[in-house]
Amino acid sequence: MPQTPNIDTPLIAMEGVEKWYGTFHALKSINLMVRKGEKIVLCGPSGSGKSTLIRCINHLEPFEEGRIVVDGTALDDSSRTIDAVRREVGMVFQSFNLFPHMTVLENCALAPMRVRGTKKAEAESIARKYLERVRIQDQADKYPAQLSGGQQQRVAIARALCMEPKAMLFDEPTSALDPEMVKEVLDTMIGLARDGMTMICVTHEMGFARQVADRVIFMASGEIIEEGEPEVFFRNPAHARTRAFLGEILAHH
Amino acid sequence: MDYKLDFSVVFDEMPDLLLGALATLGLALAGMTLALIIGILGVAARKSRFCVLRGLVIGFVEIVRNTPFLVQIFFIFFALPMLGLRFNPTVTAIIALAVNGGAYAIEIIRGGVDNIQKGQIEAGLALGLHKAQVFRLIVLKPALRSIYPSLTSQFIMLTLTSSVCTSIAAYELTSVAQIIESDTFRSFEVYFTITIMYLIISWMMMSMFALINRHYFSYPVR
Ligand SMILES: Nc1ncnc2c1ncn2[C@@H]1O[C@H](COP(=O)(O)OP(=O)(O)O)[C@@H](O)[C@H]1O
Ligand SMILES: [Mg+2]
Repeated sequence: MPQTPNIDTPLIAMEGVEKWYGTFHALKSINLMVRKGEKIVLCGPSGSGKSTLIRCINHLEPFEEGRIVVDGTALDDSSRTIDAVRREVGMVFQSFNLFPHMTVLENCALAPMRVRGTKKAEAESIARKYLERVRIQDQADKYPAQLSGGQQQRVAIARALCMEPKAMLFDEPTSALDPEMVKEVLDTMIGLARDGMTMICVTHEMGFARQVADRVIFMASGEIIEEGEPEVFFRNPAHARTRAFLGEILAHH
Repeated sequence: MDYKLDFSVVFDEMPDLLLGALATLGLALAGMTLALIIGILGVAARKSRFCVLRGLVIGFVEIVRNTPFLVQIFFIFFALPMLGLRFNPTVTAIIALAVNGGAYAIEIIRGGVDNIQKGQIEAGLALGLHKAQVFRLIVLKPALRSIYPSLTSQFIMLTLTSSVCTSIAAYELTSVAQIIESDTFRSFEVYFTITIMYLIISWMMMSMFALINRHYFSYPVR
């Protein structure tokens, strides 16, 4: 366990990461450093490898070459390092993935109890705390299917927070939502960002990117094409592909 | 048609028939419970990363599902003693029902597990749960819910199949009926009566399954 890491030590470091799906080269020499408290927005066309990139960080996808170090733990395909990283990194999915047979409260208390060994009463009080934080505490005893999409996604955020992670990964958290529910989820994420959470968000919500991102990263064909502070990135993208991509999503929004 | 119906025999022997029905119920419940356990453990083994284990499960399912139940029960009762494994008829019946029901349960439950969305498993892993915990805590219940109708009709079938255990003189409804019939020659009355009794047993099973369904799988989905 590293003691209060140097401010410059990245919480998440990817160095020369290469990933293949069979013969398909999905990630090409990815280098990415994320400092503690930093908020990254990852964008790029569909199929460019954004999901693959963040799924390598918590080893939902194995990678073939390079290094990924999270909070001092270098992922090496051993269950010891994978467990260590997954305890510290939360993930929110496009399709919510709440467990349908558990109440909202049970969804949230599950991992603290089963992974951290927290007693039920304490796990439930942690769960209530984070449900309150995403402002959905009054739905604690409902089942996921009884909630709207926006509510489900906020529960999913609370569920990840219950493990008190050091970083959060978001994979297009608002893409499956009806337009009127996007804001409640983005507001929750903005609140989280304000509280200093380290975040990597795959999203095409450029308003969100402008508001909270320290850096915006653009990917295409498995490569990081360019990155920059949001103002610079949006006003003055260096690459033609970035410009084309931004033109397209701005036309859609 | 000189045969005169006379159900008095059946009434006289009703206590024996009821005990036989109870025995059938007991065999069926024991067989089903064990079959469910075999089914769940079998699927877990089938999904494990140990290829020997996976192979064993595939072989077991293949053999049991492609051979007659009567041969299976004879094998356990007459062939295993040659290897020094000897069971009384009731235990043999329960083993045979568990093995037969278990093989079918593995295939049915596996279908349910395969239908669970990958995202459910990934969400569990991302939270730090191990693969076995994900299976037990996240996958299993929704999987069982989705195949519950097929599994329970398979179990009704298993209950009725228990009548084959009469062939090794296990104590159950059909063997009781056979004895009464050979003592009294009232074939029609006896077999008519146990037909009704099997029907009632099936209905009781179905109500029990419905009750379990309402109690255990009542969470709403969309
Ligand atoms: N499990 C997989 N097997 C094979 N190819 C995959 C798999 N997952 C993703 N891919 C491919 O990898 C590329 C990147 O996918 P993904 O990371 O999901 O892109 P994005 O999230 O940017 O839309 C895509 O071309 C996709 O078809
Ligand atoms: Mg994606």
